Amino acid sequence: METAAGGGCGSGPPLLLSEGEQQCYSELFARCAGAASGGAGPGPPEAARVSLGAATAAAGPVADLFRASQLPAETLHQITELCGAKRVGYFGPTQFYVALKLIAAAQSGLPVRIESIKCELPLPRFMMSKNDGEIRFGNPAELHGTKVQIPYLTTEKNSFKRMDDEDKQEAQSPTMSPLASPPSSPPPYQRVPLSHGYSKLRSGTEQMHPAPYEARQPLVQPEGPSSGGPGAKPLRHQASLIRSFSVERELQDNNSNYPDEPWRITEEQREYYVNQFRSLQPDPSSFISGSVAKNFFTKSKLSIPELSYIWELSDADCDGALTLPEFCAAFHLIVARKNGYPLPEGLPPTLQPEYLQAAFPKPKWDCALFESYSESMSANQQPRDLNRMEKTSVKDVADFPVPTQDVTGDDKQALKNTINEALPKDVSEDSATPKDSNSLKARPRSRSYSSTSIEEAMKRGEDPPTPPPRPQKTHSRASSLDLNKVFQPTVPATKSGLLPPPPALPPRPCPSQSEQVSETELLPQLNRVPSQAAECSPAKKDVSYSQPPSKPIRRKFRPENQSTENQEPSTAAGGPTSVATVKPHPTVQKQSSKQKKAIQTAIRKNKEANAVLARLNSELQQQLKEVHQERIALENQLEQLRPVTVL
Amino acid sequence: MVHTSLDVVDEKISTMGKALVDQRELYLGLLYPTEDYKVYGYVTNSKVKFVMVVDSSNTALRDNEIRSMFRKLHNSYTDVMCNPFYNPGDRIQSRAFDSMVTSMMIQVC
Repeated sequence: METAAGGGCGSGPPLLLSEGEQQCYSELFARCAGAASGGAGPGPPEAARVSLGAATAAAGPVADLFRASQLPAETLHQITELCGAKRVGYFGPTQFYVALKLIAAAQSGLPVRIESIKCELPLPRFMMSKNDGEIRFGNPAELHGTKVQIPYLTTEKNSFKRMDDEDKQEAQSPTMSPLASPPSSPPPYQRVPLSHGYSKLRSGTEQMHPAPYEARQPLVQPEGPSSGGPGAKPLRHQASLIRSFSVERELQDNNSNYPDEPWRITEEQREYYVNQFRSLQPDPSSFISGSVAKNFFTKSKLSIPELSYIWELSDADCDGALTLPEFCAAFHLIVARKNGYPLPEGLPPTLQPEYLQAAFPKPKWDCALFESYSESMSANQQPRDLNRMEKTSVKDVADFPVPTQDVTGDDKQALKNTINEALPKDVSEDSATPKDSNSLKARPRSRSYSSTSIEEAMKRGEDPPTPPPRPQKTHSRASSLDLNKVFQPTVPATKSGLLPPPPALPPRPCPSQSEQVSETELLPQLNRVPSQAAECSPAKKDVSYSQPPSKPIRRKFRPENQSTENQEPSTAAGGPTSVATVKPHPTVQKQSSKQKKAIQTAIRKNKEANAVLARLNSELQQQLKEVHQERIALENQLEQLRPVTVL
Repeated sequence: MVHTSLDVVDEKISTMGKALVDQRELYLGLLYPTEDYKVYGYVTNSKVKFVMVVDSSNTALRDNEIRSMFRKLHNSYTDVMCNPFYNPGDRIQSRAFDSMVTSMMIQVC
């Protein structure tokens, strides 16, 4: 336990804190200390485990708090020195409290000296309402009388607790205002009555603080709470971000009110990033090349300039590659950006590579850790995975990696193939999903889709499954589409050797395609086409019509030749192929699901064929024009020559 | 005006021929009678050209200063290049780069 003031500051009487001050300061200290859980606060934690059991207050949040007091920088430096933090190297509770009192002194215009804290002082005022505490403390200012004081403080305490809850819920400014309302004209110091009241309170409750403080007259500035408004906003964001980041049991008190928090990587996040790093680069001590990282981060769907900026921030040594801490920083920035956070001007201190390397020991690359992590995530991911599996085709994967990845963790390697993005935010959202999704574990083994990355998965770089590259100009006509549909179901139905009539002469369009066509698959189609063409020609699409009319126009040197050529081979092969196609039909018939699949594939093929045909059509039109021109040229020549010959 | 200076730079490069090892070129010639300004050229090994136009009212910058400026420019440019998201040819939007350039310009002015 620390007694009195820290060595540097307390040469005089022990540090006496009033009841309210004790509470206020302890709250503030808890906040500052909580933020230090990430390890930013060096110094023996045991020294600080006084009252609140918290570690030392981190320099970062403490500095922010001090800045919020709106004192000039030199004053703050003086205060820091005086309170002994510089000397001992950390902000223990003693130092912190002394510093707060010094701030109060400075704010009331007293010189920053040790003696200042001996007299009664108002509570320090902090304009950035990061800590509701201060603002509230501004209020007890209006202590008009001892008795009034006591109930006031009580209500304050209550509101204090309430505020703490609301802290997380972003409703700070409204609550501030009522507290702040009593206008404060700086009341003269009323030492005696107040001290009396304070001492009463003090004796009332026991707090493990360094000594109680003499009563003082707090000063209140109503603008404190009002300025809490803008201050509340960043808090709000932080709160939302942090909530989104934290998975259930998260470290919410740590991530509360400090602007650094969004840039602080939590353990889960860290693990996740590390896993992602591993999926990209097995060796954790080496780095990810620029192109690999680029592809990876591009999947996050952020704009290129933003990604470029994030890279610029995170690649500290500008070597075009990301080491693990750089990667984590970049990932964290991306995640933050996706959650709506504006990108910082510079790399936040908590994201510096040295900091990251120091703060987090090299992750244990053992399966146990991974499994535990993945298990926690897997449940979340399972339902998503299921959904994704259903919605997206297997081909689509390659999304931003998902923590789920492998339920059991064995398929770490498979992860590399199945990279889906799961923002931690999504994970946290998923945490609520029922555990029965575990049954789905078996399925997503190959491909796992992350939560929100549903949409992302859909949007992500991966193209929709490209149609099979089969150059199936199967159908020259739209009719063929119907033909296929008709044919397949009918074939099984008939079951007879319903051979398509031997392809007499397939219509001209067929041959033109068949130039490019591949054989066997098409031939049966071709065979069907003529048959159907004969039957259903009137019902066909315009394509088929456009082609026949274009034919007569063509001089068809080539097309005709080709057509004849194609006709013959197709005719010849048509027979055997048609027979071959008939045989599988009975088997198809047996399984209706296969039929459906076949129909669907046929539909797809038809569509492809249609596309191909359309293209062909345009090409042929082009050829037609050229031929026309040639013809005209030739005719001109002929006419020119004719008179010569005649003559 | 910058384009004409680019032409001159190309001319210089071609005349240099094989001796392209020499990175630096200090072209101090485009000094029009009316608008007095100087154009400095700098070529990197990858044929990336930096052209700097300086107003002559600014009492002439020394050669060394120009060189150092180009060097800094080159360094910042390589940093920008390291960014895989940067497509060569795009307008450079790197804040670090911009800040470096601005600081350089302020220093000169």
